[in-house]
Amino acid sequence: MAAPNRGRRPTGAQGKPGRALVLILIAMVALTGGMFFAGQLTPRLGIDLAGGTTITLEAKNTVANKNAINETNMNTAVGIIERRVNGLGVSEAEVQTQGEKNIIVNIPKGTNSQQAREQVGTTAQLYFRPVLTVAAGTPTAPQPTPSASASGTAKDGKATETATPPSGTPTATATTQGRAVTEALKAPTPTPSGSGAPKSTPTPTPSGDAAAADKLQKDFLALDCRNDKVRGALGDKAKPSDTTLACGKNSAGEWEKYVLGPAEVSGKDVDDAKGQLDQQRGMWIVTMDFTNSGSKKFQAITSKLSQQQPPMNQFAIVLDGEVVSAPSVNQTLSASAEISGSFTQESAQDLGNILSYGALPLSFEAQSTQTVSAALGGEQLQAGLIAGAIGLALVIIYLVAYYRGLALVAILSLIVSAILTYTIMSLLGPGIGFALNLPAVCGAIVAIGITADSFIVYFERIRDEIREGRTLRPAVERAWPRARRTILVSDFVSFLAAAVLFLVTVGKVQGFAFTLGLTTVLDVVVVFFFTKPIMTLLARMKFFADGHPWSGLDPKRLGAKPPLRRSRRASAPTDHPKEA
Amino acid sequence: MSRLGTLGARLYRGEVGYDFVAKRMIWYGVSILITITAIVGLAVQGLNLGIEFKGGAVFTTPKTSVSVSQAQTYAEEASGHDAIVQELGNGGLRIQVSELDQTQANKVNETLSDNLQIPVDKINAEIVGPSWGEQIANKAWTGLAIFMLLVVIYLAIAFEWRMAIAALIALIHDLTITIGVYALVGFEVTPGTVIGLLTILGYSLYDTVVVFDGLKEGSKDITKQTRYTYSEIANRSLNGTLVRSINTTVVALLPVAGLLFIGGGVLGAGMLNDISLSLFVGLAAGAYSSIFIATPLVADLKEREPQMKALKKRVLAKRAAAAAKGESAEDAGDERGEPQDDAPGDAAAAGAVVGPRNRGRGRPSGRRR
Repeated sequence: MAAPNRGRRPTGAQGKPGRALVLILIAMVALTGGMFFAGQLTPRLGIDLAGGTTITLEAKNTVANKNAINETNMNTAVGIIERRVNGLGVSEAEVQTQGEKNIIVNIPKGTNSQQAREQVGTTAQLYFRPVLTVAAGTPTAPQPTPSASASGTAKDGKATETATPPSGTPTATATTQGRAVTEALKAPTPTPSGSGAPKSTPTPTPSGDAAAADKLQKDFLALDCRNDKVRGALGDKAKPSDTTLACGKNSAGEWEKYVLGPAEVSGKDVDDAKGQLDQQRGMWIVTMDFTNSGSKKFQAITSKLSQQQPPMNQFAIVLDGEVVSAPSVNQTLSASAEISGSFTQESAQDLGNILSYGALPLSFEAQSTQTVSAALGGEQLQAGLIAGAIGLALVIIYLVAYYRGLALVAILSLIVSAILTYTIMSLLGPGIGFALNLPAVCGAIVAIGITADSFIVYFERIRDEIREGRTLRPAVERAWPRARRTILVSDFVSFLAAAVLFLVTVGKVQGFAFTLGLTTVLDVVVVFFFTKPIMTLLARMKFFADGHPWSGLDPKRLGAKPPLRRSRRASAPTDHPKEA
Repeated sequence: MSRLGTLGARLYRGEVGYDFVAKRMIWYGVSILITITAIVGLAVQGLNLGIEFKGGAVFTTPKTSVSVSQAQTYAEEASGHDAIVQELGNGGLRIQVSELDQTQANKVNETLSDNLQIPVDKINAEIVGPSWGEQIANKAWTGLAIFMLLVVIYLAIAFEWRMAIAALIALIHDLTITIGVYALVGFEVTPGTVIGLLTILGYSLYDTVVVFDGLKEGSKDITKQTRYTYSEIANRSLNGTLVRSINTTVVALLPVAGLLFIGGGVLGAGMLNDISLSLFVGLAAGAYSSIFIATPLVADLKEREPQMKALKKRVLAKRAAAAAKGESAEDAGDERGEPQDDAPGDAAAAGAVVGPRNRGRGRPSGRRR
């Protein structure tokens, strides 16, 4: 707390100007060194300066759940959205919560922003659908071709289980369709398009509409799961009550395509699911508990499926139109079920999460979407920098005109401030994920004024002391405690404003508040450890001490009363009790 | 500059000065007038809310040969809504369409890209839901309330409650004026404006704190003397820190002016412009209020204290006695008006250029602080 300081405690900066200067020099060198060491020579740029898309989502309580907005749910939602965005083949998307009910999605340039916009924020849909047909979605490529935009590069393979032959577990056993796939792959697939041949003839669709079935069959043949555009379209079109096509990845991270029956159970029917270690068998499994109505439905579907031949005995867990897992069923199950397979801890917990929260625990509304091309971002950054340079130049010109030689101190201090601000911002990039956006640049520019204000307060105090008829050295020392107090109080108020702003706002405003707060703190540091010591040193120099006309401290110009000693002013006794 | 320096010295010594405090009724009047105008403007014209408060989309294109009216036609055809098109400094266009949702906006974006023959990824799109601006504004109000509360507590600790109240009134005054200017001139209100408005908080108070600091120091041993009333002391402090206030304001305004010039001149519109515009207006108002509103208010509040009332009596009595003795008016500080009960401090010490005053009427020897 910047409590106004009564009493003159000797500060470290007093009387030993060298020490403070060395300190701040060491700090600057250390920060600059750290910057090189971290290989981070520029601040990380935000989307609006580097180009890309920013989407701000706001969580809305669902009708079913009035107080669904809590930290757990928000974090789950972040996970799901992240998976979704990364599923588009975006590798560096950032998804983070902000405030209590906002999620910010930053997608760097070079990805299809349009698609990202469509994908993000729509409520995820989780359904259990019976599998009718399975085929390889792509020709087997042990190594995905680097050119293929989304062929298995997306980090989406977490939630698939490793294929294991049914191990005779009394419960639903997760098998990815090992056999089916291999058979499908035996079929020569010379087509470079990679549409796998269906392994089985399409089953008549429940609707029984021959034309529709025909179309489905054609679509299925043509379906190329490696194309993320195509995949995105699938999920959009799928109605829970229709037979539909879907893509999913098997354990090897290869795409497979499915024909799926109408959804029998939805994510809402799952009460709880989690990945846990089965102590007896020493393996990771996923357990599911259903709600009352859910267990009835689940019982119905499993009793049907357990009678079928592979792959028809599988049910696909479909999230957002994509098959995340397709365990086979070997007995009728009801209220709770367990999926086993070669899960790792991570994949088990992941699937558990998807099952619990697959249908996002919250619905989101896109509050704002901003797409900035790299060109415009660069322009904005440039404009900001030019504005900063102009502002800085104007301030320096004004200070030189008014304070003459003293302006040198101000300029040096501003340079120190600038170096500290820049290095700290650069280091905060990797440190706390700070990204410089346009409002943050604004904040830094606006802060030039705040920083310079502190010098003015101090300089004016020094001049007042000289007007009292003091010589420079005592003037510098005596002006300091009072100037210090003013600077602390006013900087504290500025900092308070920045802190409150930072805590209550979202998105861009936060960047602004952050730089404002940072520069205010640095202002105090610079004034204490640089401006004041430098002033003390300068006071020993002849040029300033003798009040050279260009020093800005000429007693005559300042209208000090000669003779230059402690003349007794006959003015208000209370005006300035200047006693050290 | 030498004359400025000397002026600073004379201001500092109270040889010259302007009687801000005694004329406070004028300032209050001016401020009340401005405030009323602002409120009326707000009520009648309302604020010109940007797209963020209505929902819609803003598309920014790179340099294009398509004319403004042409682009407007395209946008209106594509969206079925009214479109506002501005040409930017770099030859690009800024196309605003209100009341679009995400899907519609995507369609419009594609259509525009076809019509203007610019690839989709070169067009910047900002699509906002209708409640986005509201959300920002609500958070801003929350922040404002929290900040005001904290700052009043802090200033009451650092100075005293009267100053805290005066600072708060000055702050509200600044915000009102800024919002009023926006209503009257019809500047667009965007989230950037809100950011700027919130930043005014810190700044407007910076000036006020500088002035109050001088005032606090000036009035430290006020009851131990009988030369000046509180109002007069306040006025002297104000004049003493006048140079400081002006300089800090100018220096704070310069970078903002740079921003405004670049934001408005080069980019045409956008965040930079919005932030700097509201900052500029608010800072100017803040500088005015710290001198003309905050300090006189403190003086008003202080003069109500029994201690200060007693002091004023003593001062006036002493002056009357001095006048009766036929002493020069110098000590009385050039009384131009008769002491009136309802206007403390109209006997202004400042405002007079007093002759050489070295009769050795010294200050009480100061205590070591």
